[in-house]
Amino acid sequence: MTHLDHRGIVEVSDGGVSVELKGETMTLNIGPQHPSTHGVLRLIAEVDGERIARLDPAIGYMHRGKEKLAEARTYAQITALINRIDWVSGFANEVAFIRAVEELVGVEPTPRAQYIRLILTELTRISNHLVFASSYPLELGGATALMWAFREREHIMDVIESVTGGRFHTNFNRVGGVNPVAGGGKSQKKVSLDLPAGFYAAVENAMDRAEVACDELDQLVTGNEIIHMRAKGVGIITKEDALAYGISGPNARASGVDFDLRIQEDSLLPYGDFDFDVITGENGDSFDRYLVRILEIRESIKIVRQAIGSVPDGPLQAKVPRVLKVPPGTAYVRAENPKGEMGYYIVSQGGRIPYRLKIRSASFSNISIMSKIAVGQLIPDLVATMGSLDFVLGDVDR
Amino acid sequence: MIVAAVPFALWLAAKAVVTLGLMLGVVLVVIWAELKWSAHIQSRVGPWYVGGRYGWLHPIAEALKFLQKEDLVPEAADDKVFRLAPYVMLAGTIATFAIIPIGPTVVARDLDIGIFYLLAISSLSTLGVLMAGWSSANKYSLIGGVRAGAQLIAYELPLILALVAVAIQAGTLSLNGIVAAQTETLFTIGGFDVALPFALSGQFIGFVVFIIASLAELNRTPFDLPLAESELTMGYVTEYSGLRFSMFFLGEYAGVVAMAAVISTVYLGGYWMPGISDDALDWLGPFILVGKIFFIVFLYIWFRWTWPRIREDQLQRMAWKWLIPLTLFNIMATATLKVVL
Repeated sequence: MTHLDHRGIVEVSDGGVSVELKGETMTLNIGPQHPSTHGVLRLIAEVDGERIARLDPAIGYMHRGKEKLAEARTYAQITALINRIDWVSGFANEVAFIRAVEELVGVEPTPRAQYIRLILTELTRISNHLVFASSYPLELGGATALMWAFREREHIMDVIESVTGGRFHTNFNRVGGVNPVAGGGKSQKKVSLDLPAGFYAAVENAMDRAEVACDELDQLVTGNEIIHMRAKGVGIITKEDALAYGISGPNARASGVDFDLRIQEDSLLPYGDFDFDVITGENGDSFDRYLVRILEIRESIKIVRQAIGSVPDGPLQAKVPRVLKVPPGTAYVRAENPKGEMGYYIVSQGGRIPYRLKIRSASFSNISIMSKIAVGQLIPDLVATMGSLDFVLGDVDR
Repeated sequence: MIVAAVPFALWLAAKAVVTLGLMLGVVLVVIWAELKWSAHIQSRVGPWYVGGRYGWLHPIAEALKFLQKEDLVPEAADDKVFRLAPYVMLAGTIATFAIIPIGPTVVARDLDIGIFYLLAISSLSTLGVLMAGWSSANKYSLIGGVRAGAQLIAYELPLILALVAVAIQAGTLSLNGIVAAQTETLFTIGGFDVALPFALSGQFIGFVVFIIASLAELNRTPFDLPLAESELTMGYVTEYSGLRFSMFFLGEYAGVVAMAAVISTVYLGGYWMPGISDDALDWLGPFILVGKIFFIVFLYIWFRWTWPRIREDQLQRMAWKWLIPLTLFNIMATATLKVVL
């Protein structure tokens, strides 16, 4: 098994020496307040020296009861709740939920709205991956990539803000389309309910800057020997494990699972119109998870560049009644979020509010494998693995 | 000569005050340089407001800020050891300054066994780290302290072995003697007497190994495992606050300056520079030395803000499998050349 071979080098030459030194274990409480737990994840680790003998993740410190809150709110109000689930990619959260409502109501969004959704989703993906690419080296001890990637990400946040009025919590999707609020430039009146003036140029610029960020990260991080030493062969998730634990998104693709909801036939957004590759890794180690995301940024840039050249004209929102009454029924819609598969299961008994909303979030499943792969690792490896899974506690606890 | 006119003790005290004042001044500038240079590396502005321009008063402001913080000692901590640890660390590094020659005659004490004293006293600061890690009654601190201890054992050896080769080449253990050895004419080109510092004449391997090992000795990136913010929150200083924390902070940067001064002296010719007469060196020497110190400090800062951190086992492997064999080879080569030439 490659798994064992890979780790074997470390085990035999170094770990083996200290066999006779094995002694009592101690319990190390990592989190909920800890620099590299991305919020308030708590890991109860049993360590023998620095080697982890057992790891229990304790979650729930950020449980905000999103699902219960949704049961007392109209569908339009729920949009404002769910973009706070994974706040790093707020816009992408909304799309799948709104598509689920649209499915229940039986409304088709307009093509122009779909394209705008797609562009903004991909911008969110780039921004999310840039946040990852900046914080991951920090977890390995290098602080500079953080600033460089955040600097370029700001251009993307500006674009998102110019369209939606919000940087993170966009609250922008409506049933049947989108509802731009911002305007700008000379023809403000004319376009105040559409994309702002100079939008395409701003996106083009933001994409150039994102490419610069990728190039700089490649120079600073991707080729760095110490990053290779720290991330290669660390935290290996096999393809079988990835499937068994329900790991999705870039984490699964890094393990060689060639699955992307964007290119499935039931894709929510018109990704079929564009030419891009699904990036997969081979080893399933931390470095592959990093690399997959960097390459995905480049693919998303490709998608956005194609999309802004071909946004169709037309209305932004399909005709929907002013007071939205959703007929009884159920719908499950899932989407390829930047962090993985995001799914919404809505049970409606008719009326303006859902009876039940079940949220399937990516990070929850993604970190469920921690207690398996962390055993036998050193504490630095644990941090390297944890960071490479790119989770957000809001997405875990909901 | 002035030397003969004043009593020995007074002269010694004056030299000690001059050396310590210069070095501590340099330490403050180095703290400022770290803030500023790291900001430029990360495309930030860095400190800007304090002191009017460039935030030049920032290190002082930082110290004043720490003074105002509450002084916390954990309930379960080993009180005496906990309180003593920062001063042990600081004392270890400051004691190093005593033998750094900052001019041909300006050296607090020109010991015959300078290098021996240096190695003995510089590892004292790690004792402070161990004390802090042990007494804090915090598991993160404990791991940090133990890491520092392991690091000391692994990296003191290449440090010593690199200096052994220097001692062989210079034929003396005195730091003044080592500087003097670097001013000797090696060869003559067209009437010019060429003298080279040890980093360029025979000790290049030692120079590189010493810089790497000194990074580990100082707990600086990529060897900042005892601190390891992303793993151990703040390692051995996790439980420290206020003035005691700033003592560690000062100790860390005093260590950086001390180590840079040692590297400058041993490998880069110290206060000496070609083309400057011995009389002028008495006054220019300190400035030349500080210039060289800042070159080394720049390297340290550059490394820190570029590289991530390596892992404990990789650190050990690097020391035992690469640095120590390299320095042993260096000693053999130096000894052979010394005999042959």
